[in-house]
Amino acid sequence: MKLYLKIWRQKDANSKGAMVDYTLNGVESDMSFLEMLDVLNEELISKGEEPVEFDHDCREGICGTCSLMINGRPHGPDSMITVCQLHMRSFNDGDEIVIEPWRATAFPVIKDLITDRSAFDRIQQAGGYISVNTSGRPVDANAIPIEKDKADESFNAATCIGCGACVAACKNASAMLFTSAKVSQFALLPQGRVEAAERVQNMVRQMDLEGFGNCTNTGACEVECPKGISLENIARMNREYLSATLKG
Amino acid sequence: MGKLDSKVPSGPLADKWTKHKNEIDLVNPANKRNIDIIVVGTGLAGGSAAATLAELGYNVKTFCYQDSPRRAHSIAAQGGINAAKNYQGDGDSVYRLFYDTIKGGDYRSREANVYRLAEVSTNIIDQCVAQGVPFAREYGGLLDNRSFGGVLVSRTFYAKGQTGQQLLLGAYAAMNRQIQRGKIKSYTRHEMLDLVLVDGKARGIIARDLVTGEIERHSAHAVVIASGGYGNLFFLSTYCMGANVMAAWRTHRRGAYFANPCFTQIHPTCIPVSGDHQSKLTLMSESLRNDGRIWVPKRLEDAQAIREGRLKPTQLSEEERDYYLERRYPAFGNLVPRDVASRAAKERCDAGYGVNKTGEAVYLDFTSAIMRYGREKALTSGMKDPDEKTIRELGEKVVENKYGNLFQMYEKIVDENPYKTPMKIYPAVHYTMGGLWVDYNLQTTIPGCYAAGEANFSDHGANRLGASALMQGLADGYFVLPYTIGDYLSDDIRTGAIPTDSPEFEKTEKEVRERIEKLMSGRGIHSVDYYHKKLGKIMWNKCGMSRNEKELKEAITEIAELRKDFWENVKVPGSPDSKNQELEKAGRVADFLELGELFALDALKRNESCGGHFREEYQTEEGEALRDDKNFKYVAAWEYVGKPKDSKLHKEDLVYENIEVKTRSYK
Repeated sequence: MKLYLKIWRQKDANSKGAMVDYTLNGVESDMSFLEMLDVLNEELISKGEEPVEFDHDCREGICGTCSLMINGRPHGPDSMITVCQLHMRSFNDGDEIVIEPWRATAFPVIKDLITDRSAFDRIQQAGGYISVNTSGRPVDANAIPIEKDKADESFNAATCIGCGACVAACKNASAMLFTSAKVSQFALLPQGRVEAAERVQNMVRQMDLEGFGNCTNTGACEVECPKGISLENIARMNREYLSATLKG
Repeated sequence: MGKLDSKVPSGPLADKWTKHKNEIDLVNPANKRNIDIIVVGTGLAGGSAAATLAELGYNVKTFCYQDSPRRAHSIAAQGGINAAKNYQGDGDSVYRLFYDTIKGGDYRSREANVYRLAEVSTNIIDQCVAQGVPFAREYGGLLDNRSFGGVLVSRTFYAKGQTGQQLLLGAYAAMNRQIQRGKIKSYTRHEMLDLVLVDGKARGIIARDLVTGEIERHSAHAVVIASGGYGNLFFLSTYCMGANVMAAWRTHRRGAYFANPCFTQIHPTCIPVSGDHQSKLTLMSESLRNDGRIWVPKRLEDAQAIREGRLKPTQLSEEERDYYLERRYPAFGNLVPRDVASRAAKERCDAGYGVNKTGEAVYLDFTSAIMRYGREKALTSGMKDPDEKTIRELGEKVVENKYGNLFQMYEKIVDENPYKTPMKIYPAVHYTMGGLWVDYNLQTTIPGCYAAGEANFSDHGANRLGASALMQGLADGYFVLPYTIGDYLSDDIRTGAIPTDSPEFEKTEKEVRERIEKLMSGRGIHSVDYYHKKLGKIMWNKCGMSRNEKELKEAITEIAELRKDFWENVKVPGSPDSKNQELEKAGRVADFLELGELFALDALKRNESCGGHFREEYQTEEGEALRDDKNFKYVAAWEYVGKPKDSKLHKEDLVYENIEVKTRSYK
């Protein structure tokens, strides 16, 4: 396949970026999208140019590092996958492909297609945990039976990989889906109920401080989430938040 | 052999750890506040160690090259974590887990360490549940278990196919709590480039800020290396792209012995290589071998017809299939340990029975399981005489519930539906049992420098059992290191903060800068990946699933030549003073080019076959590994003396007082 790529290039956080055109030949359909970029980079290096920098690590859809906007969609045209799981068989010979970084005030660009998502870490630090000592002697694991449905629901919320596609997809760059997934994971478990009220308030406060936008229930986040995190989590977080502040 | 003192406590095996904990020195809480610890790597071992050390009161600095601690590659572990809870009442015990792990490791691991691992395994599950890790549960609300390779009980706890993710997020959450309290300072997008020794003790590191390119000095009273394994030496592996040996290798060059480098795990069930462009391989969890049956066609002509696309696997009847693991190992069947399953797949493919274009793939088939589950589901739903199609549909639902995300992952990569046609799989590099030599306290041969998780060599011998990596990482980090490190640090309560302006820091930083300069000055045309791929080919072909003297000797020469070429010619574009992914890769590959040589040397000197190390010269008539306990029942710990091939071998003899050393049999 021959592809026409338009890629965002930006030297560093303080420089102005621009779209740059590249033509790439010899792309095979069973390459992954990132392997296609590897091929481009090898070409650039051999020509003495600087390669395109992009974030990636596990290349199996679980670490949440890769983060590309492809033709206007986070993680590209297929659903329920990350960029590293996207294969070139989803494209055709002669296609033009526009590749950009996540666009959000809270995710500033570091270089080319790489953004700084440490705001997510800070939201988690504000309360995304259960306050038990790790070196202590907790009760036996089977002392607290948990309904399978509840445990499964909690697990589903916990599968969020923190990639930021929800923010990138949202017209307001809201982080509600991300934050609500963590709030929900713990709110659904008896172990997490003890600190539930404090947790939701602290995490929401930090989310607002980081400069993420508000949720207007468009639902784009759920559509683009590579792990299928449900909008129900946002509803649950709103309930948790409301009851926590009323108790206040 | 003063330096290789394993420091295993005396007394009966089952009492050693308790006795040791009672006898080692402690640091009082007020003094802990004056002690700094650096933890390199934030996976299960590093993350859990950092959280626990901070909780105890130490000041912790963590370093990871990823943009968040949560992204360490522990996150990709799929299948589960072992623990001797015996919730299933199937006769499991601490002793059995200990025994299975020693046997699985082909009698090349240290008894006392492995027993301790089995002993604390049960605490891990309690701990993780308290932290809110959502393990799989049964309808009664209690925790569910499944079975893994090399064992006859169900002791594996899991969270669908994302157990590593859930456990890592648990450790990350525990870290976050300490970051919020100000007890951990987390340095992300930072890479350790060297270890700083002051008066022979580990007192800090030189790190590079990967965003600005700045070289930084960080001091501490102790340094914990938890940077994972070195499987990316092979270029193609199931490791993440950034996984590297730099922290461990730099530590080795500063005096820490490197143990059993040739003990590598080649995992039997990975998605086969599809072409030259391939950048990484994807694992299909071992848990699939609970329900999947592995086979190739019985007849060579059928295998050829399949390779040429003239025949479909589903067209072959039961009689025309060779379920070779069930045939060769009736007792364990498809659940033999990984090294055995991998070699058996290679044997069939080498004999011409491979089932994909390259001839390097076997089938993993779920039809039997789908039909079995379907029939059971039909019965429990009260259906009478359901037809074949209904049974299949019901069965597919059950299988989807168990392994849905793995099947989805497979379909995305291969573009085939594994519910309808069997998966194609082939072995790939997955884990390294070798690593920095550590004593019972997890201390390396450098005082004050510790190694935890996959970065150390200690628990898995020559072959790791499934679901034991997560167990070891968390055991080291949550339950072992936080105690043992206090014994060393109790001497440091009056030391005060370690200054970073000493001549030692000065000198090490200078060496780091010179190395970067040299990497940037290559005159040739080839990129870092070019060299990495070449190294990977040498490793896979000559130091892979089977090894022999001739090829290992060739590998040693070829790697040394490649390294010379690399240092003269590698092309690294851009500048060292900014984000530069090619420079990051260059530093990592430079170290792989040294380790590769030591790896081959270690394999050459071990004139026996054991676990993942299979020397063609040493096998039984049936093609099974032939161990030599008389001459090789030791840990090979290598001392760096200049060139990797001149490394000096130190031997730690392995003593088995509680277990009878036998020929491993899974028949």
